Amino acid sequence: MAKQYEFPGKGLPYLLVLPQMVVVFMFFFWPAAQAMWQSLYIQDAFGLSLTFVGLENYLKLFKDPLYLDSLVRSFVYAGLVAFTAMTVALFLAVQANRRIRGALFYKTMLVWPYAVATLVAGVLWLFMFNPNIGVVSYLLSKRFGVAWNYLLDDRQAFLLVTLAASWKQISYNFVFFVAGLQNVPVSLVEASAIDGAGSGKRFWRIIFPLLSPTTFYLLVMNLVYAFFETFPIIHQVTQGGPNQATTMLVYKVYRDGVFNLDLGSSSAQSVVLMILVIALTIVQFRFVERRVTY
Amino acid sequence: MRNMRKMWIAVTAVALLALPALVLAAPVTVNWWHAHGGALGEKVNEICDGFNKSQNQYQVVPTYKGNYSDTMNAGIAAFRAKTPPHILQVFEVGTATMMAAKGAIKPVFQLMAEQGEKFDPKAYIPTITGYYSTAKGEMLSMPYNSSTAVFYYNKDAFRKAGLDVNKPPATWPELFEAARKLKAAGFDYGFTTNWISWIQLENFSAWHNLPYGTKTNGFDGLDTEFTINGPVQVRHFTNIANLNKEKVFVYGGRENKANSLFTSGQVPIHFESIGGYGNMKATCKFDFGVARLPYYPDVKGAPQNSIIGGASLWVMGKKNQQEYKAVAKFFSFLSTPEIQAFWHQQTGYLPITKAAYELTKDQGYYEDNPGPEVAIQQLLNKPPTPNTLGIRFGFMPQIREIIDEEWEAILAEKKSPQQGLDDMVKRGNEKLREFERINK
Repeated sequence: MAKQYEFPGKGLPYLLVLPQMVVVFMFFFWPAAQAMWQSLYIQDAFGLSLTFVGLENYLKLFKDPLYLDSLVRSFVYAGLVAFTAMTVALFLAVQANRRIRGALFYKTMLVWPYAVATLVAGVLWLFMFNPNIGVVSYLLSKRFGVAWNYLLDDRQAFLLVTLAASWKQISYNFVFFVAGLQNVPVSLVEASAIDGAGSGKRFWRIIFPLLSPTTFYLLVMNLVYAFFETFPIIHQVTQGGPNQATTMLVYKVYRDGVFNLDLGSSSAQSVVLMILVIALTIVQFRFVERRVTY
Repeated sequence: MRNMRKMWIAVTAVALLALPALVLAAPVTVNWWHAHGGALGEKVNEICDGFNKSQNQYQVVPTYKGNYSDTMNAGIAAFRAKTPPHILQVFEVGTATMMAAKGAIKPVFQLMAEQGEKFDPKAYIPTITGYYSTAKGEMLSMPYNSSTAVFYYNKDAFRKAGLDVNKPPATWPELFEAARKLKAAGFDYGFTTNWISWIQLENFSAWHNLPYGTKTNGFDGLDTEFTINGPVQVRHFTNIANLNKEKVFVYGGRENKANSLFTSGQVPIHFESIGGYGNMKATCKFDFGVARLPYYPDVKGAPQNSIIGGASLWVMGKKNQQEYKAVAKFFSFLSTPEIQAFWHQQTGYLPITKAAYELTKDQGYYEDNPGPEVAIQQLLNKPPTPNTLGIRFGFMPQIREIIDEEWEAILAEKKSPQQGLDDMVKRGNEKLREFERINK
């Protein structure tokens, strides 16, 4: 480790991080604490009657087979979204990193979707894939004979929200992968080429390991994204249906809290979700990070 | 997290709104939070302007707060921060939640009596006020935008299939028959529907004079249970599920997502709210008609009357007498036939008083717009019975979602119609018990 710069006084560094800490406290810790507190109570929407129920809200969740289904489904969904978004982004980044004509144009186009608000992305996918008026579903059914109706087919609905959520995240991953690829020393790649490594071997043995810090960072970010930030897409495209095929944990938190005004249960759900994602991140740092070479 | 942030926004907004009122002692300001954006919001502003210009003691300030749930949430957050608006617009399925919030609200019948405003509940259309009244007939909130379910049919398509455009199907068997003929005439599907719970169960049950739940559909107490898995409902769902298999019926999605199927001309029969009449007129490029809900002719008492949807205005508690005076004056103004007729004709929502209906008729509005009159006549078809005043269940937004889910399971053939309806009752009752416990 290189010697780090040291501040002369003890106070200054604290002062410098204070604004950020205030923001973090106001918008993260305080609401999280509120959620934990509320999860121990049942109350009416107006907060007129507040009854302490201990862990009952949690017990009820874990006794509910529909909630447990949603738990498993959310993990599968988050895994698939992270995997799809990262694989596609990596592939595109490697292609765009070559010396091709118009590389800047490709890069710009590929980064564009990131500027689309998640809710708007949901609307776009809704219009393309709507079984009755969607362009893509028209092609699917008329050209390829696929009976496309995600309004009733739960597997199609799941596939659709997974694809839409992945698509939205590809740009973000792409930017990081392109930046990461540009940090891979050309000399290393050339040296391995001289030693007779083919392009596949060069990628897997040299480039991919050197990208691992980026990949690890993106893995954490993508899982957090899939768990927390994809609910506008679900809200727009399927509203959790058909039946409960696309009801993910975060969407249920939103529906039960904001729409259904069931604050106790919604708070308990958000605490469960928070613990899950914290645990997942710890696991990643303990086990996956070991394989990362900085 | 969202709620907290919303609360802060609400607090700031209220603080900013309250400031000028403190500086200028008169007139008394009344804040009205509503859920009407766009063109509807402009009509709301016009009505408030009219009231504000009609006198100089009171000033009503309407504020658009987003969709129904946003508005309700904003009101609740503001109440928790002890700065609620005077008037809050709440959708019909929020009625039980508002009612249970004793102390947070001021019942309208009480407000009008205390302020000595002339107020005759009989002047209103009973199926509209009934929805927002206690079992004893005391009106708790002011009906505002009300609609009911009807079906729209494509007249051009009817002509093509050799059906009589002036005699739309009156019963379900007739409607199924017509839908089959339309499909045979080359249409992708015969019929579709919006709002499964509201149209195919809530209105369906009322129209057949069947109870939706025990305790007078929940009017008489929180210890109510659903009764929607009876033989008539099961028969109806079985029929639709079978027609779904034959591709005569098509499911367009939850809420009002099926609209595009009708407006694009793909599906010639569509169940939807009369509140969507203006939208239909603007988007349909074909000749269409509006007809009453069909019924099963062998069910005794059918057709009875349909029930409403939409929203009403709740007066929040703990305001001072002067402010309540202002609210009462404003409600009297809102109920005048002229204002009601204006709102009805401009938006397609139903007039809440009989006088406004008569006035609209005299003005000849229905000659060019027969659709809305069909809806009013359907509400007035017969005097409401205890089964058809409306429904009052806690957590109703959640329960409607459960109904959507089970309905989708039925159509996907994962469950039999009987099983699906039984599960709706079972899961719905669990929510009712939770609501009962919270609000004891």
